[in-house]
Amino acid sequence: MIAVAVFSFMKNPSVTEAVMSAMIRFAVPLMLGALCGIYCERAGIVNIGIEGQMLLSAFTAYMTNVWTGNLILALLAGALTGALLGYFLAVISIKLKLNQIIGGTVINILAIGITGFFYQVGMTTKGKFGPIRLGPLAKIPLVGPVLFNNPPITYIAFLMVIISHIIFFHTRWGLRTRAVGEHPRAADTLGIDVFKTRYLNTIIGGALAGLAGAFLTLEGVGTFERNMTNGRGFIALAVMIFGKWNPIGSALAALLFGLANALQTQLQFMGINIPHQFIGMIPYALTIVVVSGFIGRSRSPAAEGTPYEKE
Amino acid sequence: MEQKTPSKNNWLMTIWRTIRVPLLAILSALLVGAVILLVSGADPLKAYAALFKGAFGNANYLKRTLEKTTPLIFAGLSVTFAFKAGLFNIGAQGQLLMGAITAGFLGFAIKGLPPVLHIVLALLGGCAAGAFYGLIPGLLRSYSGAHEVITTIMLNYIAINLTDYLADGPWKDRSGTNVIARLPLIEDSARIPFFGPVPVGFIIAILIAFIIWYMLERTNFGFEINSVGLNSHASRYAGMKTKLLMTSALVVAGLLAGFGGSVETLGVVGRFQPGFNAGLGFDGITVALLGRSNPFGVILSSLLLGAMKGGANVMQFDAKVPHEIIDVIQSMMLFFVTADLVIRKLFRIIKDTGGEVTLTAGWGQK
Repeated sequence: MIAVAVFSFMKNPSVTEAVMSAMIRFAVPLMLGALCGIYCERAGIVNIGIEGQMLLSAFTAYMTNVWTGNLILALLAGALTGALLGYFLAVISIKLKLNQIIGGTVINILAIGITGFFYQVGMTTKGKFGPIRLGPLAKIPLVGPVLFNNPPITYIAFLMVIISHIIFFHTRWGLRTRAVGEHPRAADTLGIDVFKTRYLNTIIGGALAGLAGAFLTLEGVGTFERNMTNGRGFIALAVMIFGKWNPIGSALAALLFGLANALQTQLQFMGINIPHQFIGMIPYALTIVVVSGFIGRSRSPAAEGTPYEKE
Repeated sequence: MEQKTPSKNNWLMTIWRTIRVPLLAILSALLVGAVILLVSGADPLKAYAALFKGAFGNANYLKRTLEKTTPLIFAGLSVTFAFKAGLFNIGAQGQLLMGAITAGFLGFAIKGLPPVLHIVLALLGGCAAGAFYGLIPGLLRSYSGAHEVITTIMLNYIAINLTDYLADGPWKDRSGTNVIARLPLIEDSARIPFFGPVPVGFIIAILIAFIIWYMLERTNFGFEINSVGLNSHASRYAGMKTKLLMTSALVVAGLLAGFGGSVETLGVVGRFQPGFNAGLGFDGITVALLGRSNPFGVILSSLLLGAMKGGANVMQFDAKVPHEIIDVIQSMMLFFVTADLVIRKLFRIIKDTGGEVTLTAGWGQK
């Protein structure tokens, strides 16, 4: 992939740069959404409400931006909304021991309802996040403009991928979380607080989905539209599974799907028309292939979806 | 299922015990909706009155309510049937879309057939497409272990993309100055007619609900489906072909959803147009759970949701309340009916003997 990018950059620098930037813009909300899924599911909570968490957070971030004009505050409002919905899912699945798939569905329908109910056409904001140049790094050809000249949430997303990888595979917290997701009884026996671990991870995950929503209204599109997430939460789910519940794997998967989308748009400019719907199908089709074990196999955490009962 | 044989004056109590949690869930959801309406400065009583008027106020309103109810019954039956086999069919949406577009295609592409034959043919096509779309996750679940929740979510979005492509590409309506992605209008011979103010599709839906009830409660196949849902290990030990049963449960679920999509295309919309039936699959989950996974319960809960959807426009116009409040109320109904624990605590109900729903919890591999 890198070789192809370098080659095409030498042939046509501006187009390559545009395609790579579009790839990143498409990938960021998917990366954050997938991270949300990873935090929840590694701890044993199925979250199919990512879509709703993103949508409602996009809305509150937008509204905060409309009211205060303060982008940082808007960003925090988005993350907080996501975290609150994460807490809601945690209560549903841990305290009430309800079916988690239904919990996620409740969040999705609720988000469509609330955002639609309170949204009014014709609100304006003072603007959205602009790119921040990271000094000399931004001067590197191709890599500079694509990676080091981005608005803040994009940096946060990449940073969170790396931090999450370290958390999950190189810290005690991560080991405990994975234990809780695989075998809560064993974890409990060793003195790990299963409930607390699940609560915290689901809330952190929710905040990340909130960032994904905030990205849409504060960085990507810059405004709110009804049902603007448009299935991104479910692509994030696909990305998470395709990336085998692994932060870096999921980030790569998100970039891959982002690239496919960016290329399709570019090819359209050049007169080669692959219907965008076929590109749109790729993540879903690949996910089915992977979970079915046709090529490789993606396994979910073992205790996922089952409420834990203390003995 | 242990159930005491109800004595004569006891059967009313049994019914009451079965329906009280859904009823209280509906009530609680309406209360939450009222609070939101109050906060936003609207008058909840006025809004709900307008909603009721919009749903049942005159023959035209009633007609629209029944039109909205029809696909909900099918979607609810689809989810219910899969529930009985212990499977969670999130894929009703995709199956419905595949059925709707197939019926829409057969509806406009075949010309010169006598009406009844054309309708039957288009319905069969839609059912087959839905059934096929249920077969895929069925086979994957039974023979590769891929959890149906994951595969059906993914298949939903594949169906959305595929139908969008067909409606904007090869099957697009090219008449006049049309630029919208949609299929041409179906032939008159493929239109499902009305019986007074009652859509014939609605009558078909009720009939199908009866058939599904009979199948589940009175046939061997239904017994085996129920038994797989309650305990698949024991069923296999008893000699049932559990893999085949789970697959066929999803095929029937897909067929029902495809049926619903076809009826909507042929009886209500008159063509396939992307986005016209968005969310119906998830409505199916709400309807199935409110109806306590009972085909007759599904009819009642579909009528409720259909009335809310049918009356929403009048409510928006008369009471100036955005119709999305319906979605908020629906999500709360789904929450409260699932969280019967919360309901029972709120209303101090100690014991409950209603058709409990058995669900596989997550998508962890087995």
